[in-house]
Amino acid sequence: MAEYMLSVHHVEGEPMPSGEDLQRAFADVDRFNEELRESGAWVFAGGLMPRETSTTVDNTGDQPILTDGPFAETKEWLGGFWVIDVADLDAALEWARAGSAACQGPVEVRPFQGE
Amino acid sequence: MTPGDPRVTQRGSGLDVDAAIERIFAEEFGRVVASLARRFGDLDVAEEAAGEALVVALEKWRADGIPPNPGGWLTTTAGNRAIDRICRESRRGDLHRQAELINGPRGDDQPQEATGPVEDDRLRLIFTCCHPALAPEARVALTLRLLGGLTVPQIAAAFLVPETTMAQRITRAKRKIAAARIPYRVPEIADLPGRLAGVLAVLYLVFNEGYLASTGSADAGADAGADAARDRGPVRRNLTAEAIRLTRVLRSLLPEEPEVVGLLALLLLTDARWESRFAGGELVPLDQQDRGGWDVGLIAEGHDLVRACLARERATGQPPGRYQLLAALNAVHTDARDARDTDWGQIGTLYDQLVRLDPSPIVRLNRAVAVAELDGPEVALAEVDRLPLDGYNAWHATRADLLRRLGRGEEAQGAYDAAIAASGNAAEQAWLARRRNSLVTP
Repeated sequence: MAEYMLSVHHVEGEPMPSGEDLQRAFADVDRFNEELRESGAWVFAGGLMPRETSTTVDNTGDQPILTDGPFAETKEWLGGFWVIDVADLDAALEWARAGSAACQGPVEVRPFQGE
Repeated sequence: MTPGDPRVTQRGSGLDVDAAIERIFAEEFGRVVASLARRFGDLDVAEEAAGEALVVALEKWRADGIPPNPGGWLTTTAGNRAIDRICRESRRGDLHRQAELINGPRGDDQPQEATGPVEDDRLRLIFTCCHPALAPEARVALTLRLLGGLTVPQIAAAFLVPETTMAQRITRAKRKIAAARIPYRVPEIADLPGRLAGVLAVLYLVFNEGYLASTGSADAGADAGADAARDRGPVRRNLTAEAIRLTRVLRSLLPEEPEVVGLLALLLLTDARWESRFAGGELVPLDQQDRGGWDVGLIAEGHDLVRACLARERATGQPPGRYQLLAALNAVHTDARDARDTDWGQIGTLYDQLVRLDPSPIVRLNRAVAVAELDGPEVALAEVDRLPLDGYNAWHATRADLLRRLGRGEEAQGAYDAAIAASGNAAEQAWLARRRNSLVTP
């Protein structure tokens, strides 16, 4: 078995779904999570608060330096993710297809390092 | 070692031995890599061991002659090399690998593997190399390297990229296969049609890269070509031969898949016209080719395959896919002894089917050529002018020809100029220039 992170990204300027669309996405993601749990592939999942709420800590020098805001200055940022444990990439891609349809966004599939 | 080396000539003709060895390598490389990849679960190990076995074979066979079962000999030798390498690595502390190794067969005294499971290995390897999680150019490179046994410099030369770029592309793809755990298996029946389409697309792309050589010029013996282009010719030719060989392998592994048969027929019927496509450094379009120069053997085989597809279609009621339709179109063209005998009605019907399957502008452009024959150039031009293809040389060339036939000389001239500017192929440019210059302008 191998672990993969399925991550969902927000893109700057792209409108968030609202109203009925948002409700449907929530319901679909709930159902997707339920399927993940039932299959045994579930390891962990979570949605993140907006990136303005992040703090970056750099303790590589003499003193820890705290910066208000995200580390990477990009136009795309992590919105949430699943960690799944499945046999191989084909299985992970299969879950990603369903996850992308549920949350209505592209999903990046990335393997974790082995033991 | 040269062919004149006494060690070689002792055993008769050194050239014959080298040619035979080369042929065996081409046939067996993919088989050896595929079988080792299954045994050791590592493409790098498989590729390196296969390469080492070939070096050993070259030396030994030149001296002692070719063994009765060269494929089995290569597989066994490569297997031993792989075990040596893994043992060396495991002595450095990789106990996990050692444990895996114990489960595999070992040594020279093992019976050589039968053909059945080994062929399944090659099918697995094809699907791994053409996995949709790999970039298209990586799929092509990996397939040629691991299944075709082409060297990195050969593949780099064929695709006109620096050797380091090609080496990185292949290394990166292999690393992704290992790290992301791209499985080494034939897809489930439900996924097979989609995944097979990806494999066929890779093989077709390899063939076309060799056949069209859009950036080359002298690959078919154009006498005006530069030395570099002439050197590249055989490398490019290698790609068409390799695509046909791999498609034959795929067909032997999946004999029931009509699209595989269709692709093989398409490649054979296209390749049959190789020699007639160029004359004196100039491209010769289909309707002006010397049909006596076509390869009748390839055409007969292609026609047989197309007939088999048609029979299957009638028996199952399953409509033909893209490659079967393209093959059928080529069968109709190669069936006509003279361009004037072409059955345009049938060509039109086949294009209608193809457009329903793939309504892309390029397919519609090709259909317009048939429309011109059936309904006249005016109807065809109206269709062509609707297509958003003004960066594409064939669009300009088709327009130019239709305008010429309609007697609109000045517009035709402009269209030929645009086609020449958009073409990257010297032989095609030469032909277009001659057409333009032969226009009778009022």
